[in-house]
Amino acid sequence: MSVAESHLHDHHDDHEHDHHDLPWIKKYVFSEDHKVIAKQYLISGIIWAIIGGGLSLLFRLQLAYPDANFEWLKPILGGWIQNGKLDPEFYLALVTMHGTIMVFFVLTAGLSGTFSNFLIPLQIGARDMASGFLNMLSYWFFFVSGVIMLISLFIETGPAGGGWTVYPPLSALPQAISGSGLGMTLWLISMALFIVSTLLGGLNYITTVINLRTKGMSFLRMPLTIWAFFITAIIGLLSFPVLFSAALLLIFDRTFGTSFFLSDIYIAGQALSFEGGSPVLFQHLFWFLGHPEVYIVLLPALGITSEIVATNSRKPIFGYKAMIGSMLAIAFLSFIVWAHHMFISGMNPFLGSIFMFLTLIIAVPSAVKAFNYITTLWRGNIIFTPAMLFSIGLVSFFISGGLTGIVLGNSAADIQLHDTYFVVAHFHIVMGSASFFGMLAGVYHWFPKMFGRMMDDKLGYLHFWITFIGVYMVFFPMHYIGIAGFPRRYYSFTGFDFTQSFTDLSQIITIAAIVTFAAQFIFLFNFLFSIFKGRRATENPWRSNTLEWTTPVEPGHGNWPGAIPTVYRWAYDYSKPGAEDDFIPQNVPFSETKGSNFPHENEQMVAEAGITHGK
Amino acid sequence: MNQHELNLQSSEPQKPLSMHPKKFAFWLFLVTVLMIFAALTSAYIVRRADGGWLEFQLPSIFWLNSVIIVISSVTMQLAYFAAKKDSLEKTKLYLLLTSVLGLAFLVGQFYAWGDLVEINVFFGGKGSNPSGSFLYVLTGMHGLHLISAVIFLWVVFAQSFKYKVHSKSMLVIECCTTYWHFLGGLWIYLFGFLLLNH
Ligand code: HEM
Ligand SMILES: [Cu+2]
Repeated sequence: MSVAESHLHDHHDDHEHDHHDLPWIKKYVFSEDHKVIAKQYLISGIIWAIIGGGLSLLFRLQLAYPDANFEWLKPILGGWIQNGKLDPEFYLALVTMHGTIMVFFVLTAGLSGTFSNFLIPLQIGARDMASGFLNMLSYWFFFVSGVIMLISLFIETGPAGGGWTVYPPLSALPQAISGSGLGMTLWLISMALFIVSTLLGGLNYITTVINLRTKGMSFLRMPLTIWAFFITAIIGLLSFPVLFSAALLLIFDRTFGTSFFLSDIYIAGQALSFEGGSPVLFQHLFWFLGHPEVYIVLLPALGITSEIVATNSRKPIFGYKAMIGSMLAIAFLSFIVWAHHMFISGMNPFLGSIFMFLTLIIAVPSAVKAFNYITTLWRGNIIFTPAMLFSIGLVSFFISGGLTGIVLGNSAADIQLHDTYFVVAHFHIVMGSASFFGMLAGVYHWFPKMFGRMMDDKLGYLHFWITFIGVYMVFFPMHYIGIAGFPRRYYSFTGFDFTQSFTDLSQIITIAAIVTFAAQFIFLFNFLFSIFKGRRATENPWRSNTLEWTTPVEPGHGNWPGAIPTVYRWAYDYSKPGAEDDFIPQNVPFSETKGSNFPHENEQMVAEAGITHGK
Repeated sequence: MNQHELNLQSSEPQKPLSMHPKKFAFWLFLVTVLMIFAALTSAYIVRRADGGWLEFQLPSIFWLNSVIIVISSVTMQLAYFAAKKDSLEKTKLYLLLTSVLGLAFLVGQFYAWGDLVEINVFFGGKGSNPSGSFLYVLTGMHGLHLISAVIFLWVVFAQSFKYKVHSKSMLVIECCTTYWHFLGGLWIYLFGFLLLNH
């Protein structure tokens, strides 16, 4: 409240922002400062990434070495290892938890939560979020949701096991598998809290972007990061309530014997009393969130990349308005393509054709974005910082994973490919790896502003190359396995004759996965070490234009010690002909850069005079 | 420094949407509520198109409840106007009236559930049909939100005794009024939807 108000009225009453007397717990734990909350999200995201990644190694081991003796895992997995074998139902639970954790906890909360919180106020020139209290609440809802999910990993019947998409009837009937018992209940509770957290966060992001921009920060001067976070938040606001409804109906089916999604089911020869429900209805509801969700995960990464690519190419982003336009188009289209996940669900094939058509249209704005990244890089004075490498890596994944999306988008091809490793390859490259790279790029790039120190470049390069090559080693072969018809979520590659021949490929994947996972500890070490012992950063180490770099090395509460800077130009004046330097920050008026102004900018100078005069 | 003048001088629109941030966030909250019901009613339509749908008469008490909730919107608006004119006694009176009408609506909805049970339309269990379950879910979710609105109303009511609701401090009562109208409108939409799709 105080922040919003002081911002609206005037910038002078800065005494409000001297919160040095806050007790420790309000400063670091129940903090309402957006920068602290961002760090809380980041740390939680990293912890979840380690857990989620670790789970994936467990099931990768099973896939590669189905005959091996896993007795040595007993200390961690306990009863889930019987006679040296991984419990098949626990395998499903591992897959489910891996998906849920990665999609929601790491790439939604960890990514948006960290960077929307950190960058929105800093880049639009605000003292804090619109409501620090709701922001804090948002984090703690996420935290509790995480705790519940974590607990579900340790209960006797195991965590949810129906896949991250929790399709009924499997997920609705506790009799079906052990993972549909208490684990599923906890999954639903945890997700409900998670949705509340996301909505609180999104509400804040949108409100802040619309209402708290500093003077001169018009929509068309906002950095693309802000556009991306803004659009992401809107997508979330519209789609997460739908998941909430779906979860609610599922809860009723599970506990009150309603039949929204269940119909005519026999278990062990016994007819259940459910009548008249439709499991396809759940798929509609789920994917109405599910597809937008993939863009909720990807768009922030794309926004981060835009910023990093422009800064480190020392060139204006190519097609700024086209970038905004394509993000808006993607956001709009993402709401009308969901049924491409359901081509073989028994849905009307004619409807399938319509969804196929709409799905393929998404390739257009996606391609616009890819081209714009490449043209920005083209003939730029590229500086290969680790952040830049990860951003370029993202572009690579976005293209190679997007291409397979177009293949899957054809409903006829999808009959063969649906629920095979081809889909797994597609979305791990385009969503998993691309967004993960966006997140890492963001950490490398904004680390100096977050912690006042620099991360080590050499370790960064090492981390990048192992991870980049590793990701392709892991996911590229999966395309072949998928085309050959091997279904996802199957316990063992040796169960069928036609899949026997893929065991060695499978082993390569697993080894690559272990190496890639191990490489993340290079990052973790670099991250933790640099927080305490890294080289001291300067205010603007990357010579970047956006407002966050005008704050002190470690911005305090309220971000700017004095008045909030006014914005006079867009964020991409890099290497402007005639300019003294190869970058002109957003808060430099045109009157100070007469040598490099374009004619229309000279006109704006007159308007500017009004602002400066008014002061 | 005169902020207003400054905005006029600079050709740069500083705050195109100069809504109070809290109020704006509140509107966004309403959007999320709207989306929940959009999802539920869409699911209703999709599921109904599949057939196997039990048809039954809607409880007639819904008509009475609808009238009550419309009247409560009027009294809520009157409370708002009264606060704006600083006639605090009237504000309190209308707030009280609104919350009584709100509770009456809730009781009425509860009776509607009783009527449903009487004609063997159940929420869950043996013999229940999604058509009935949906009706319970829609009314139940709406009712839950209305309960939250009544609590909100009481908060405003309590604040009005501490002289925190008056023409210079309208934010809370304004949000409350918006919420109340929103839920009233939502019910009318739901009722119309049910009448049309039954
Ligand atoms: C050109 C753009 C894209 C097209 C045409 C496309 C198309 C598809 C299709 C048709 C499927 C369903 C495959 C099946 O289950 O049989 C699919 C799955 C998926 N896609 Fe894409 N996609 C595109 C881009 C993306 C992007 C950018 C992301 C994420 C950032 C993404 C994430 C996913 C995910 C997560 C799944 C699988 C979900 C699951 O079943 O668990 N896709 N895609
Ligand atoms: Cu999709």
